[in-house]
Formats: sequence, structure tokens, C-alpha cells
Amino acid sequence: MADDTGIEALIDLMARLPGLGPRSARRAVLVLLKKRAQLMAPLAQAMAEVALTARDCQTCGNIGTTDTCAICADPRRATGEICVVEDVADLWAMERGQAFKGRYHVLGGTLSALDAIGPDDLRIPRLAARVADEHIREVILALNATVDGQTTAHYIADVLAPSGVQVTSLAQGVPIGGELDYLDDGTIGAALKARRRF
Amino acid sequence: MGGLSIKSLSLSHFRSHRLANLDFDGRPVALIGPNGAGKTNLLEAVSLFSPGRGLRRASSDDLAKRPESIGWRLRATVVGLGGGHDLETSADPGEARQVRVDGKVATQASLGRVIRILWLVPAMDRLWIEAAEGRRRFLDRLTFSLAPDHAELSLTYEKAMRDRNRLLKDQITDPHWYTALEAQMAEAGAQITQNRRAALARIDRATTGETAFPKATLALTESEDSDLLTALAEGRRRDLAAGRTLVGPHRTDLAAVYTAKGVPADQCSTGEQKALLISLILANARALAEDIGHAPVLLLDEVAAHLDEDRRAALYDEIVSLGAQALMTGTEAELFRGLRGKGRLIKISDIGGQSHLSPQEDI
Repeated sequence: MADDTGIEALIDLMARLPGLGPRSARRAVLVLLKKRAQLMAPLAQAMAEVALTARDCQTCGNIGTTDTCAICADPRRATGEICVVEDVADLWAMERGQAFKGRYHVLGGTLSALDAIGPDDLRIPRLAARVADEHIREVILALNATVDGQTTAHYIADVLAPSGVQVTSLAQGVPIGGELDYLDDGTIGAALKARRRF
Repeated sequence: MGGLSIKSLSLSHFRSHRLANLDFDGRPVALIGPNGAGKTNLLEAVSLFSPGRGLRRASSDDLAKRPESIGWRLRATVVGLGGGHDLETSADPGEARQVRVDGKVATQASLGRVIRILWLVPAMDRLWIEAAEGRRRFLDRLTFSLAPDHAELSLTYEKAMRDRNRLLKDQITDPHWYTALEAQMAEAGAQITQNRRAALARIDRATTGETAFPKATLALTESEDSDLLTALAEGRRRDLAAGRTLVGPHRTDLAAVYTAKGVPADQCSTGEQKALLISLILANARALAEDIGHAPVLLLDEVAAHLDEDRRAALYDEIVSLGAQALMTGTEAELFRGLRGKGRLIKISDIGGQSHLSPQEDI
């Protein structure tokens, strides 16, 4: 057990991270303490640097270390498509898939009247401005299939309707490598509705 | 045609029962005992193996045995859709109730895929004369028993409506926001209405000619607007003034008419109103027996006491011919004489504020 207050404070901070409890935080800190030179010092330095430079991209809301994130700064990604996601985690998930070549727009949440989260809390006005400024042809809504997610999708589609931009949403259905047997009834229903000629 | 049934039931710190274990053989069961002995509590325990808050609409903290209030647990083995299942539902103090199906955590809605339970309780005696809310709940439970997706549709509709009502109360006028919520309300609402109409048509087909129980003709009182999306959009100004949504399936009412007499249910005698409800529950059970091949479990609280000898006999005949497992309560064994040789009897008594069950015997 650590009885040093500095180490104890470090363990408390680590335990606040998602996926870590008090026990695993203690183990992680112990590893850092044992590998002070190889791990702890570089980690501390990287964290200090990023803590100073991290900021939201002024264009899309992605998190980066510059005012314009790497994706927005890359001219090859000006494909005329914007993918709208709820959170940076969803953007990372899309990037892992490497299927999308365009740019993103991170809302930072979903509309919820009950939680007092309105369009102005969500970078929706910014999205409408981008559609005009960046010659966008298609806005792809990649939002959660919850009531709040779908309310947000409908809202954006309605706001963008006068601009004439094409608004699409991700398909819902059978996952790749998935077995029908394991799907819930709602997903099977959605997949059946979205069936296509084989 | 075998019915869905509870094979064994165990209660732990639930209402007046500290620990109780019961085994059933699928035949009707009469639970008898004085007032306050804990008969209805047993029916309530079974009712919690369907989604929602059970037949008393109680919060999970109210279900705990007092004064200990250490939480409660119910377990049942059932003959359900697709064979035998172990069900468990429980709640710790201050927590929402949890459901497990075959040992795995499950949603309440998933219970509808395992077993269907219908009930009739004395609080429903005033169903036809009280506020529409009770009738709507009755209608939706009836619909849910026939179309299990109804529960999720209702949740979607209600969530979107609560959001819309919040906008109305806060006097927010952003038209896009209303459009977004109304689109979802209209989509779920159309399916809710469709499910309810289909359920009523199904119940009507399952209502046999004149039996001991009078035929009831059911009708929905819905808003005139055929297109909910337009109706909601056009009603915004009025709804803003009212601070809530004034059109939609949440305003639908259920009306019943005593078919043979042509008299609306709310103008029938108390006894007739009860007979109409029993007639509907039996029609619902018959429809399920035909559609899914199994009669549902029936929970009939203090039903026998209100019926004359002939109707009581007719009710028992109907239950036996459906092959339904009915759990019924009454204050005297005499009420269940008509089930002689066809049912089981359990006596419940209160000893020091705690329920005790007698060994089962044949009626």
C-alpha cells in the first residue's frame, strides 16, 4: 500500500479514468513507478504537452492539437461529403473502418428537451454554415438509433432541407459476419425493410 | 392444447411473504383466506413476470417486505413459449427491478416472449366509469398480449412526446425541433394505432356468441385526424397554449357496449360491468390460445365472489376448457366448489403480520 500522499493522489486520479477501478489504478501506478525512466517520464511529458495544446477543431469539433484538425486540413478529404457523428468516439470508430474518405462534423451530443440540450449546444448552426461554405453535396447522418439520436437526425435533415443538399443516414440491419439467429426483432425488421435486389 | 403455466414460484421478502415456495401442476388454483392474509400479494408476484409494474402498479420499493425493507426476489420456473424457462425478478432498496431469463440479465419487454399473463383485479371494477387513462392502459395491455412489439413502440412514442411537452412548457418555438419529434411520434403512433385496431378486431373474432358472459363490442375513440404528422404540426399553437400535446394515440379512449342490450358499459349495472370485463379477458385468452397455441396464465383477484352460482360455474368451465392455469383468490373455499376434482386449493393465513401457506389439497 502506498502511504505517500503524492502517490496516493496519483492513484485517486487514475481511478477516475473509465475502465479503471481503485485496484487496477494501483496496479497501473505501480507499473509506472517501477518504469520511471522508460514509461512514466515520457508519459508525463506527453500528457503535459497535449494538455497545453489539445483543442476542439474550429471547423468540425474533432479533438486535435491544432485549431484545424488533421482531417479538416487535408485537401484530399474535401470530397463534398460530411459525416455527422455524435461524439469524437464515433469519429474514431468511423476512421478505424477506413471506409469514409470525406470530412466529419462532431455534434458533441444529441438533442434532448428533457435534459435541456438544444441545437445551439450542439454545433448544428455551424454544420449548416459548412454545407454552404464547403460546397457539400451529401451529409451522411451516422447517429445512434435511439429516440434522441433519431430526433437529432430528423432535426438536421429539416434544417438542411432548404439548402438542397442530399441528406442520407447509415443503413440499419444485419452486421457483417452476423447470424440472424442472434439479432433482435427490431433489427431483423429494419433489415427486412432495407432489403435490396441480390 | 396446453396452457402456459407457472410450475414453481418462490418469494423472498416480498410484501407480506418472508419466504414462500409453491409448486403448481398447471390446473387452476384457488387461494383462500381472510382479508389481508396475502392472497393478492401472490397474484401480484406472478404479475411481475410480465413487463411493467404488476397488477397494483407498485414501485419496486413498495414491494419489499416491511419493516426489513432489504429488497425482494421472485423466482419462477415456467412452461413458456419455446419450453421451460427459469425467470427471476428482484430489486434492491432504491433500485429499479431487474429481470433474468434463464440466468441471464434481460429486459422487462423480453418477458413477453416467454410467457403471457392476463389479470382482472377489483380496482378494474370502475374501469368503464373512471378516467380514460385506466381504459387506455387496459387496451394497451390487451394489445401487448397479442403484439409484443407494442411495448417498445409505446416507449418510443412516450419519450418523444415527453420531449415535445417539455418544449411546449418551456415555450420553445424552434419549428425544426418540433418537426423532428413529431416525425417520430407520427411513425410510432401510426403503428400503435394499427396494433390497437388489430387487437380489437382479434378480440371481436374470439368473442363467441352468447355465453354466460355477455358479449361486449369494443370501439376506439380516436382523434378525427387521419394524418398524425399534419395534426401535430397544425396543433402547435394550441398545444403551446395548453403546455402539452393534445392530439395523438395517447388521447385515445376505449368504449364498450353490452352488445345484446345496446347499452354503453358505463351505464350498465356493476355486476354487468364486471361480467363484460370477464368476457373480454376470456376472449383475449381464447385469441392467444388460437394464435400462439397456448392459453395465457390468468390472475383473477376476488372475481368469484361477485358472480352468481351459474356464472361462476361457466367461468370455471371456460378456464378448464381453455386449459388455462388460473390463479384465483376468494375468502371462502365454498366459492370454488364448482372446480371440484379439477383444481387445487391453498389456504393463506396471517400470523404475526406474516403470511403462511397451508399444504395444497384438491378442491
